[in-house]
Amino acid sequence: MDKPWNNRAWFLVIPVFVLVAFSAIIPLMTVVNYSVQDIFGPGQAFWVGTEWFEKVLHDERLHDALVRQILFSLAVLAIEIPLGILVALSMPADKGWRTSLVLVLLALPLLIPWNVVGTIWQIFGRADIGLGGAAIRALGIDYNYTGNPRDAWLTVLVMDVWHWTSLVALLCYAGLRAIPPAYYQAAKIDGASRWAVFRHIELPKMRGVLIIAVLLRFMDSFMIYTEPFVLTGGGPGNATTFLSQYLTRMAVGQFDLGVAAAFSLIYFLIVLLFSYVFYTFITTVGTGDRS
Amino acid sequence: MAAIELRNLGHSYRPNPAGPQDYALRPFSMTWEDGAAYALLGPSGCGKTTLLNIISGLLTPGEGQVLFDGRDVTHLSPEQRNIAQVFQFPVIYDTMSVYDNLAFPLRNRGVAAADVDRRVRRVADLLELTPDLARRAQKLTPDAKQKISMGRGLVRSDVAAILFDEPLTVIDPHMKWRLRRKLREVHSEFRLSLIYVTHDQVEALTFADRVAVMHEGQVVQLGTPQELFEAPQHTFVGYFIGSPGMNLLPCEPGEGCVHVDGIAIPLRTGAADTAAAGGGALELGIRPEFLELAAAGRPGTVPVTVTGVENLGTHKIVTARLGTRSLKVKVAEDQPVPTEAALRFPPDRARLYRDGRLAV
Amino acid sequence: MTLRSHADDAVALPPRARARAASRLRVSRRTVVLVLYILFLLLPIYWMVNMSLKTNVEILSGLTLFPRDPTLQNYITIFTDPSWYSGYINSIKYVVLNTVISLTVALPAAYAFSRYRFLGDKHMFFWLLTNKMAPPAVFLLPFFQLYSTFGLFDTPLAVALAHCLFNVPLAVWILEGFMSGVPREIDETAYMDGYSFPRFFATIFVPLIRAGIGVTAFFCFMFSWVELLLARTLTAVEAKPIAATMTRTVSAAGMDWGLLAAAGVLTIIPGALVIWFVRNYIAKGFALGRV
Repeated sequence: MDKPWNNRAWFLVIPVFVLVAFSAIIPLMTVVNYSVQDIFGPGQAFWVGTEWFEKVLHDERLHDALVRQILFSLAVLAIEIPLGILVALSMPADKGWRTSLVLVLLALPLLIPWNVVGTIWQIFGRADIGLGGAAIRALGIDYNYTGNPRDAWLTVLVMDVWHWTSLVALLCYAGLRAIPPAYYQAAKIDGASRWAVFRHIELPKMRGVLIIAVLLRFMDSFMIYTEPFVLTGGGPGNATTFLSQYLTRMAVGQFDLGVAAAFSLIYFLIVLLFSYVFYTFITTVGTGDRS
Repeated sequence: MAAIELRNLGHSYRPNPAGPQDYALRPFSMTWEDGAAYALLGPSGCGKTTLLNIISGLLTPGEGQVLFDGRDVTHLSPEQRNIAQVFQFPVIYDTMSVYDNLAFPLRNRGVAAADVDRRVRRVADLLELTPDLARRAQKLTPDAKQKISMGRGLVRSDVAAILFDEPLTVIDPHMKWRLRRKLREVHSEFRLSLIYVTHDQVEALTFADRVAVMHEGQVVQLGTPQELFEAPQHTFVGYFIGSPGMNLLPCEPGEGCVHVDGIAIPLRTGAADTAAAGGGALELGIRPEFLELAAAGRPGTVPVTVTGVENLGTHKIVTARLGTRSLKVKVAEDQPVPTEAALRFPPDRARLYRDGRLAV
Repeated sequence: MTLRSHADDAVALPPRARARAASRLRVSRRTVVLVLYILFLLLPIYWMVNMSLKTNVEILSGLTLFPRDPTLQNYITIFTDPSWYSGYINSIKYVVLNTVISLTVALPAAYAFSRYRFLGDKHMFFWLLTNKMAPPAVFLLPFFQLYSTFGLFDTPLAVALAHCLFNVPLAVWILEGFMSGVPREIDETAYMDGYSFPRFFATIFVPLIRAGIGVTAFFCFMFSWVELLLARTLTAVEAKPIAATMTRTVSAAGMDWGLLAAAGVLTIIPGALVIWFVRNYIAKGFALGRV
């Protein structure tokens, strides 16, 4: 790093700082404020210390939501990362119109408003008026995402795969395009199998984009709200109630501000912690085997 | 090792080549002898990498055949041909150790572990990579990485030839010299068939036993460095090899001489007639090293005006004007250079080219 | 030749026809994967388009792969009812506003990060990125109160500012990547030629990173367009986004499926248009690994 040291550069950062402070720090302070007080109305707040935090940590339904959330995020990663890699490997490498078309089609789900993604699958998955639901019924499976918890859970998962695998695929595709042709030629000459080419050339060269893909997919799936909200509303029962649903229900539905605030802070910290652990884990695994 | 024969080989990147200008490689035939070190020399875009990729099997030629020891391998893949190739930029497998990198081609071919170990250690020793064997290849310097690329070719006992595609491009100048010497050593030890593509004449002339010079999709001359210097078969060879390159002067045939801008230059008896016989444009070619600069008025010379002198320490490059043409002359460092001088064209050193090809 | 023990054992020659057939098979297998995946992406979207062209009677009377009686009535309803089409206008208003704000503040900040070291630069950068990891649900309530206090509630500006929470860090991140690719010598030459910083920045530097600004604008547009949770919470009537309007289709008479589908189709169109224009930059933007 040979960048010159210049504290006046702060003047260039101040607009961002002010704006993000306005959108992040003030609200966050409000949350902290709520999390340690009981508020009945304007001017009627009582200091309660860690009471809300204790309540959150002992909330059984919250534990369930957390377990469900972690399972969901892991399932998302386990499906979307390999599938995204597979799709990226199948994409055409030239610069023709076919490549453009494939890129546009792949990017399409990413630009659909999240509630519309929910709507699309709400329609598609219904057994009476949806093609997908009807097709599964036709196979003789009693599929019903509004009534059967397992079906609901799987539908949310498939929806997320539908929505976000393209992101992984596009990232990997960009990573693959950056590999010089000489690597493939050398592998051919060294007699490497297709698997060896993938294992020793493509995968290592995609490492950077894969780290980003895993982090993004983990973070975003951990905060998923809109799509299941539209599709299942968190049900049936609590089968698809993930952390964000639970939090929103608490804050807006039941108006448990203190508990919701304490939960918010814990939630935020969990995302940060997981992201940090993931990041350090992935970045050390790749380089850890040096002698 | 194998002798490589190219039969009527040609290639075009266009679907239906109409004329010679459409060919990246114009159809030709040629034989590369077993166990020799060749260089393929030419400027960018002359088709040398196309030719190399056809020999290695990365590219299937549009026309003609490639034969290894008489066996047609035109449609075989690189691994079926047993070719090794080293690329411009070092290709290493980042996640593997140096040892595993070197062992990779052998393991892919199912060689027994003991054999793998023996050969890897031998090659590592030769390339001075032994201390780094356990390290991750990614952490090494570019020249060490390039040595690994070479090593992956050398570990294979059965390679028909090792091809080098400008392998020293990314290497520091002083390391270039060392690597090139290493390569010579390896060659003299294993007697491998080597083909070395480069655009740098010093690299080509110091590395190879024989050099093939390429120009506009064709091999214009194949010869030893000395042959290329003394008897260029093509004006391109004359001009491309040597520093500065050969002087080339358009001329008209005369009686025992040629006329350059109306000035008669005496040649060997009959040379001008033979050259003129076929018609076509004639050029007189002579290397700056062979021209003799003398005081004006000496018999057998032509008068020239010196327009510039460049002192290079060990010798001087004199720029002289003959009629409207400009010539380079290489003279000893201590030789005086008068402004009005004369040049002698030694008849046995002067060449005549008809339409670019050597006539006499 | 000491290393020449296995001289001839590698000369097993599979016929060339077999090699060619194998390569043809591999190409087709890749195409099959890609076609299947794109089919999986397009089927649900097709189903929604199909449904938007049907009457509710046809939708509920059974599955039909094509509209038997195609009607544009659903679209006509949307384009003639101000409460519907104003939703689109509102959405586009805050998306554009957000993109402009994000770019304006992010450009100088990204320049500072790419060119200088200053007190707390790394912490600042990291803190910015953590905002991308904040679950929007956490900020729901505080945002509501904050913008109500400032009288911004139910205006496009409120949503635009709220979306800055994740779009500004993203814009700084992407732009910093593009700016680092511009050699610093260009800045130095310009200063030596007597350019002031603002003039240099506006007339030399910004044109140099046009592609980066395009890619950044694309991602800002995308993330603001697809977000619903904050957009819905911070608006009531005046600035209600289309995504929120769509929830109106549930009425006493049951779901108006055709209308819902038509509204969904219309939300896909702006995204599809944007991708088509930036299709050649998508791979490049992703290649930086900064999304």
